[in-house]
Amino acid sequence: MAPKDGFSVSRRDFFKTAGVGSLATGLLGPVELGAQAGVREVGPGAVPIQLTINGRRHDLTVEPRVTLLDAVRNRLDLTGVKRVCDRGACGACTMLLDGRTVYACSILAIEAQGRDIRTVESLAAAPALHPVEQAFCEHDGLMCGFCTPGLVMATTALLEKTPNPTADEARRALDGNICRCGTYVKVLEAALATKGGRRG
Amino acid sequence: MKSFAYVDAANEQEAIAALGTQRGRILPIAGGMDLVGLMKDYVAQPDRVVNVKRLDRTIAATPDGGLRIGAAATLIELVEHAGAARAYPALVQAAAEVGTPQIRHAGTVGGNVAQRPRCWYFRNEEFQCLKKGGPRCFAVDGENQLHAIFGDGPCHIVHASSLAVPILAYGGTFRVAGPSGERDVAAADFFQMPDENLMGENVLRPNELVTHVTLPPPGRVRSATCEIRFKQSHDWPLALATAILTMSGETVRGARIVMGAVAPVPWRAQAAEAALTGQAVTEATAGAAADAAVRDAKPMSGNAYKVQIARTAVKRAILKAAGLPTV
Repeated sequence: MAPKDGFSVSRRDFFKTAGVGSLATGLLGPVELGAQAGVREVGPGAVPIQLTINGRRHDLTVEPRVTLLDAVRNRLDLTGVKRVCDRGACGACTMLLDGRTVYACSILAIEAQGRDIRTVESLAAAPALHPVEQAFCEHDGLMCGFCTPGLVMATTALLEKTPNPTADEARRALDGNICRCGTYVKVLEAALATKGGRRG
Repeated sequence: MKSFAYVDAANEQEAIAALGTQRGRILPIAGGMDLVGLMKDYVAQPDRVVNVKRLDRTIAATPDGGLRIGAAATLIELVEHAGAARAYPALVQAAAEVGTPQIRHAGTVGGNVAQRPRCWYFRNEEFQCLKKGGPRCFAVDGENQLHAIFGDGPCHIVHASSLAVPILAYGGTFRVAGPSGERDVAAADFFQMPDENLMGENVLRPNELVTHVTLPPPGRVRSATCEIRFKQSHDWPLALATAILTMSGETVRGARIVMGAVAPVPWRAQAAEAALTGQAVTEATAGAAADAAVRDAKPMSGNAYKVQIARTAVKRAILKAAGLPTV
């Protein structure tokens, strides 16, 4: 597979880069730290990682400090979920990790390996909208739309776990997403009104 | 964020081996809910980060009827653990109120207990405050509306962990692992005031980890945690309190009352415990105990309002524990 990633061009180049990366770590890693026996350290330079996003495996090389959000948006061009506060305080970057909502801005990409990562791009199968997205449209669940991908993901996670939530359950599940336009009432309506064979 | 090397520790031994003795140079990462933000703001600038998420995360009853929680358990795992909710409701109530769903899905029990303070001077890289080796605590003459109302400084943070409050109230113990072996530290001895330890908030040395929290058997008690926030959700507590009541009929035979977000450590209110002991729980006795809890408060220039908030948290925790309406 060849991800849409200007940084990793082909498998051959990928392996070349990976080889050089680990060599550089061995040579240039902090001597004091690397000297400890039995400690398998990678970085601080770019290291090869594998992420499973929306069911598809992506190979990329990132420094250990790169967040999941930045890896997904900047390297893989999946720009659906947004980078807003970048401090785990707004919810615009909400992705699902093994079915649970997380703030992708506050999780290192290297730590998301082996997890089932889902972004808002996983929902719609063009031309049809996902039932949650459809409900957001029908119930005016958005104004400027910047928080919407995160709220849609949080709603999706809620409905997959609790197909018929009470208003209270919905409020609690969407607690971690902020909307500056103040669409909360409409978002709640959309969450409670989502219809469709597969609600989440 | 400064770049750092990364070690994915498969177990406790690997994690300990990868840590070091120099404070701040090598840091463990669990959920990352605290550390990633600290690194983005250059408050933490480690050379190496050690993943400790693969350490023990099991939540299980102990042979004597207590509960042992692996520090790598996420907050949501604790919240959804039926046995924990039944036996230690005050702990699970506190965990359920931490942050937001996203934070509870990633954040861990160990990380919650060992997180750094939320003081805005500490969190701002521009302020070289006392806790970061600077000359003074900026909260004294600055913006201190969310700071401590107990403790005499010299640093006026409030302890950030909500779980620490019920853990102390239940008489919990932390298992600490380091290069020279393991030790058990009672919660009452684990958290440290700024005059004992200015650069940290607990007894952990830089090469040590909290690996487990053990709670003794709860006994026949009623317990509850009450948290009061500025916003209904997505916020830090202004104050919280855990009340654990040992009842004899309608009379309180013994009480443990601990407040949070009011001092640099979870703050036990022995005066409130004494005031409540021997009484039946009513709104009046709960209020009197809450008065006793905050009698020695020393608010700063901008946080006198927190005294009343803390008082209310204590009163409501007592009423909630006793199964009475809280307002």
